[in-house]
Amino acid sequence: MTEAVAASKPKAVSTLEIFGVFLQIGATSFGGGVVAYLRSALVTKKRWLDDKEFLELMSLSNTLPGLNATNMAILAGDRLGGTPGAVAAMTGMCLPALILMTAAGIAYGASGNRPIVTAALHGVAAAATGLIAATWYQIGKKTVKGFYDAFFILAAVLGINHFKLSVPVVLLSVGALAIFAYRPVKKTDRPHEDSHAWIRSLQ
Amino acid sequence: MDQIPAIARVFGYLSLLTIGGGMAAFPEMKVLVVSVHRWLTDAQLIHIYSVGQLSPGPNMMMVATIGERVAGIPGALVAALAFFVPTGILTFAVGRIWNRIAAWPWRASIQRGLGPVAIGLAVGGLITFGRSAVTGWVTLVVGLVVFYLSLKTRVNPALLILGGAAVGAIALR
Repeated sequence: MTEAVAASKPKAVSTLEIFGVFLQIGATSFGGGVVAYLRSALVTKKRWLDDKEFLELMSLSNTLPGLNATNMAILAGDRLGGTPGAVAAMTGMCLPALILMTAAGIAYGASGNRPIVTAALHGVAAAATGLIAATWYQIGKKTVKGFYDAFFILAAVLGINHFKLSVPVVLLSVGALAIFAYRPVKKTDRPHEDSHAWIRSLQ
Repeated sequence: MDQIPAIARVFGYLSLLTIGGGMAAFPEMKVLVVSVHRWLTDAQLIHIYSVGQLSPGPNMMMVATIGERVAGIPGALVAALAFFVPTGILTFAVGRIWNRIAAWPWRASIQRGLGPVAIGLAVGGLITFGRSAVTGWVTLVVGLVVFYLSLKTRVNPALLILGGAAVGAIALR
């Protein structure tokens, strides 16, 4: 375990400093797009990572289950300060949201039934639908490079919404097929570079 | 309090479905939270999910709000731990062997192949979500205006959400 950390360049960053930086991101990254906040703090301001390292961590973060915000905290925290660094980064990233969203639960219990609150929240839900649709529209525009991509998107949507399949079933069927379609022997695409360009284009 | 083990099971399972982001897990979250355990109504779930979009940090911390509604502050803590710790450990472990798998040819295939599938899962989740959220012409217009403004302007998404709240409070009472 320790040799893996030693193999990637060790950086002299204290655990407390890691916690502070991620706590700040966790408390201020309003409006989504945590990735942009992370890049600005880790690459531009602190220079703890260079662009190449950041993209490498992003591409790994995207392939794994879990959110980008927390996956990136763990991967970057580990690289900067080993196991304590990963725990500090994850805790800092999550703590403000945990406090806010627990408080939101208490507030919802106290006044979630008032008609004006219900009406406002229904407006929030409508706005969130538009917002999330816009995010995925942009990602889709950058990812769809041909018939295969469109086909796999459609197959996954139909699997979830029409056939009411669970996510694991879709992953084992459509996901496996998609991975096979982009299997290593294929020479026409260069997936590794593709995925980097895709991630870069999100920032 | 007797719901604590169920909270841990449900959110531990849902966390593993968040391929490409939280929306992929929404359809199953709805089934488990609304139909199976009856912790929330459909409307309450989309309300809480949407408020989560306003939060800084990980936008899926709304699981803590659900946990709080079910079993108070201990419920919130258990939901958050169950949702973020198992995938966190997985990420940590894979990060450690990253150097060894970086050159593995199938790794690139997995990344490239799962890209469009992750989009499909998110769109599938969003359709399920939108069916509950868009219930009339006011919500349809709010959704379309926010969609347009997020694509065409650089206005902070949190402000668009608050705008939705204002329109809702006036027009949906």
